[in-house]
Amino acid sequence: MPESRKTSLRAVALQILLALAVAGLVYVASTNAAQKLAKQGIVAGFGFLSRNAGFDISQRLIPYAAATSTYLDAFLVGLCNTLLAAALGIVLATLIGFVVGIARLSPNLLARGLASAYVEAVRNVPLLLQLLVWYVAVRVALPSAEAPASLGGAFVSQRGLALPSPDFSGSAWLVPAAFLAGILAIAMLRRRAGIAAETGRPPVRVWLPGLALTILLPGLAWIGLGLAGHPVVLHWPARGPYDVEGGLPILPEFAALVLGLSTYTAAFIAEIVRAGLSSVARGQGEAASALGLSRSQALRLVVVPQAMRAIVPPLTSQYLNVTKNSSLAVLIGYPDLVHVFMGTVLNQTNQAVEVVAITMAVYLTISLATAFLMNLYNRRVTLVER
Amino acid sequence: MLFCMAPALAQNGPAQGTLAQVKARGHLVCGVSGGVAGFSIPDSQGQWRGLDVDFCRALAAAIFDDPAKVRFIPQSSAARFTALQSGEIDVLSRNTTWTLSRDTAAMNFPVITFYDGQGFLVRKSLNIASVKQLDRATICLQQGTTTELNLADWFRTRGLTYKVVTFANSEQTLGAYESGRCDAYSTDKSSLYGERLKTAHPDEHVILDEAISKEPFAPGIRQGDDPWRDLVAWTHYAMIDAEEAGISQANVEEMRRSALSPDVKRILGLEGKYGEGLGLTTDWAYRIIRHVGNYGDSFERNVGAQTPLKIPRGLNALWNQGGLQYGPPIR
Repeated sequence: MPESRKTSLRAVALQILLALAVAGLVYVASTNAAQKLAKQGIVAGFGFLSRNAGFDISQRLIPYAAATSTYLDAFLVGLCNTLLAAALGIVLATLIGFVVGIARLSPNLLARGLASAYVEAVRNVPLLLQLLVWYVAVRVALPSAEAPASLGGAFVSQRGLALPSPDFSGSAWLVPAAFLAGILAIAMLRRRAGIAAETGRPPVRVWLPGLALTILLPGLAWIGLGLAGHPVVLHWPARGPYDVEGGLPILPEFAALVLGLSTYTAAFIAEIVRAGLSSVARGQGEAASALGLSRSQALRLVVVPQAMRAIVPPLTSQYLNVTKNSSLAVLIGYPDLVHVFMGTVLNQTNQAVEVVAITMAVYLTISLATAFLMNLYNRRVTLVER
Repeated sequence: MLFCMAPALAQNGPAQGTLAQVKARGHLVCGVSGGVAGFSIPDSQGQWRGLDVDFCRALAAAIFDDPAKVRFIPQSSAARFTALQSGEIDVLSRNTTWTLSRDTAAMNFPVITFYDGQGFLVRKSLNIASVKQLDRATICLQQGTTTELNLADWFRTRGLTYKVVTFANSEQTLGAYESGRCDAYSTDKSSLYGERLKTAHPDEHVILDEAISKEPFAPGIRQGDDPWRDLVAWTHYAMIDAEEAGISQANVEEMRRSALSPDVKRILGLEGKYGEGLGLTTDWAYRIIRHVGNYGDSFERNVGAQTPLKIPRGLNALWNQGGLQYGPPIR
């Protein structure tokens, strides 16, 4: 038998042995777990999800009531809260991150210094501490519940922010529909602008008319409904016996989590943006200004588009971090998925294996979906050679 | 080092009775919470103190005539039942509520040592006397316990509403309450007295009299060990009966010399051989009172009016003084 064949045989045998050992370990562990669960009288399976939950949750984006809702509903409430915090965190972190990243390369000394200080301070302190600081700061700095500050119909106190909320049931659904139409108009304008640029027709303006439409259309719908005798009803927050009630409440826990997540992640995004901008050859910016473009035009039209292909891949992993880090919410009392499901539901039902498995699957799914979308976007911004 | 190895060395379940095992080992192993003021917490000298601790010391006193022959192992609320079932501890004396599901899940609760209930800590400035006045208030809770369920049930069945904020541990919950995030902090009343002490100005807060749930605290033992069950139950009854008969740690020696009442004589082992039925000596109850005291002694020393906690006797007063503590006769 030739020597190389012998080695490859040995390698295969070793791998089979290893696979068997792993399978054996998994088998022993799972039978052990099954036995112990049976001993404690815990029925394995997902039947518990349809049982009545019986506890209340502070922030609910979907209908939920302790008396009638199930553990599955509680799970969905937690999931929606996680998605909301993560989505808002991603948007804000991106905005702050791009501004700070660009400021770090600014010729203005003050802007550059402030941006550097921000990045170094925020990036080097653990997120957990920052969340706690934000949460305490929100509670300490704001007026007490007995004496909330009033801001034109809205109230702010250490119990959170209470905004007037429009009632979009009935014919008032036309207002959000008009808003969506505005967004659609932007998409169509962008398409036309793209075609115009490729075919050399006169350029089409996108953002100014688009944004005007998204504001104008809902405004017209609002006024029109009022004239037609079906005015949009606003629910105003009002002071109750203990604190402000009604309207659209924004809890301090939510505010602290979103602020903490977005400012923390923004520091990393700023560095990614700075690195991306620096990766674009200096001559590009100089050529742009030689053509008479202003600094902001040069950035927007020449440098940033080329930098994006260096920015997007590391940006994706920051977005994944936001979602995963949002589970630190458990420490400041924000009812995210981990808080509600791995905390209360697990404790009430003792279905540890199922609950942990579901939670892990959810984070995996969210992360894979985010990565998938970002990869699609990345394909659009990568260098296309002509 | 030994402490860490204890679980591994412990026998897996009782082959012989727990009492025989304890006697052979030379000390009792007692599971406690390890962090609840007045119930079980080490003092500045590292000595364990508290009502739950005293109960185990009373057991040790009855068995060995030495209240020091106990090893205390702090148990988290998640690990406590496993520790008992695996044989790591002989008795679980850890503010554990006796419920049907726990009783049927491979453990026993021989006797109720402390009657508790879910209560509310509020600011005095709110001028609240009843829980019903908390309608529409914001309430802070620690998550993952029955307190969440009790609260939802209680408010719903009375047609009242409330807002809830839940936290993973008691420090965060108290912090949120104290900073004004919530109007009330709800958990077992016995814990609220300790929590109140941790606030910056304890006298600005008050614990409402009302309780919205029944939380009978009972020591837990393994199922199927009747002699041990008897001993655990009667250790508590001896402390109750002694208080009712007026025998305290302070006067027990004198009572023993000059007792005339047959009740007192039977408790102190001067008449009859009642301890032998428990597998102990006849002076078993005398040992308990001498080393640990009667129930009132232990209560006043650990949580009573003279302590910082100032928990009123309430339901834990003797049955003939308006409470629920009632010991069957020793005879």
